[in-house]
Amino acid sequence: MIDPRLSVIEDRLRGVSKVIAVSSGKGGVGKSLIAATTALLLSERGLRAGLLDLDFTNPSSSVIMGVGAAHPIEDKGMIPPEIHGVKYMSITFFSGEEAMPLRGGDMTNAFIEVLALTKWGDLDYLIVDTPPGLGDALLDLLKLIRRLVFLVVTTPSKLSLETVKKLLALLRKIRAPVIGVIENMLTDATTSIGGEVERIGARFLGSIPFDPGVEGALGSPKKLLETKFAKKLSEILDQALRIT
Amino acid sequence: MHEWALAEAVVSTISRIAANKNVRGIIDVTIRIGELQQIDLDAFKFALEQLSGQYSIHARFEFREERAEFRCRVCGETWPFKREDLDPDIREAIHVIPEVAHAFLRCPRCGSPDFEVVRGRGVWIESVRGGE
Repeated sequence: MIDPRLSVIEDRLRGVSKVIAVSSGKGGVGKSLIAATTALLLSERGLRAGLLDLDFTNPSSSVIMGVGAAHPIEDKGMIPPEIHGVKYMSITFFSGEEAMPLRGGDMTNAFIEVLALTKWGDLDYLIVDTPPGLGDALLDLLKLIRRLVFLVVTTPSKLSLETVKKLLALLRKIRAPVIGVIENMLTDATTSIGGEVERIGARFLGSIPFDPGVEGALGSPKKLLETKFAKKLSEILDQALRIT
Repeated sequence: MHEWALAEAVVSTISRIAANKNVRGIIDVTIRIGELQQIDLDAFKFALEQLSGQYSIHARFEFREERAEFRCRVCGETWPFKREDLDPDIREAIHVIPEVAHAFLRCPRCGSPDFEVVRGRGVWIESVRGGE
């Protein structure tokens, strides 16, 4: 028995120059916010950007992006709608507001289906919001999208750092390219874990201070791009994308 | 027309197999179609025919339809897919991504969303044989 969908995934991504997976060792570090804002910032710079939310059990980018009534168009596959200039695909277009408890094998099948049916066209960057952690989902992604490069997100918390260390060790072991680590939600500069990240041999891209203004900007890409959070992320990406 | 995307995947796969195994002439292909994906068979056949021409392959397709069955991981209940009981938007969502069933279906006995699709999920290539 052969799964035919596997043979078209690379074809669907053929027009995409770079695929960046935004990942974290644990949830709650602002990974989805950084993934969505990265795609918006790239688009703002005139680059062709896409955002793919593969955090199926807890998809939040649709709220961040303020997707509203937009929906993919079926035309020999699925053509993602553009949200504020970003081509956007998420399983929430199909699952709606319902919770969707998926076990490993079902998650794999859903990943394959979304990757096999989405027609991205030509993009400079596809940003992938990945499920947190080191489980089946991450391993599936590495197998299905062979040219992923990783952007790792952490908070200053030791709990987050410990999981990021494991994530980076795994990525190093399997020789997956890592752009670097972003520290999010920093409240006190003296607690930054930038030094720790560099000590374990990873590139520390910078810290983003906690910005209470983000909450009121969720759902409005325009407002989000005006936050201190987005401005700091923009500076970090200037460096990070030169690195790539 | 999700059928087109699936047909493209089938023809692309057959084309690669034929190239790798240096198969020439007619290729006999058996495709299993799971009920849960609710494929429009006529649309799927049409897409396969059109795409076979584009990929320059000569294939004879045989189709085997498989009924979908679910099994609850909590109480063990098994039950069939009842398309007619579902709202058209939900049917369409499951057609595009069958795993979305986990957002909308529940075990009829215990109400759990934790179930497995025992059979009949989607499209598989059962066999590809080089012809004469």
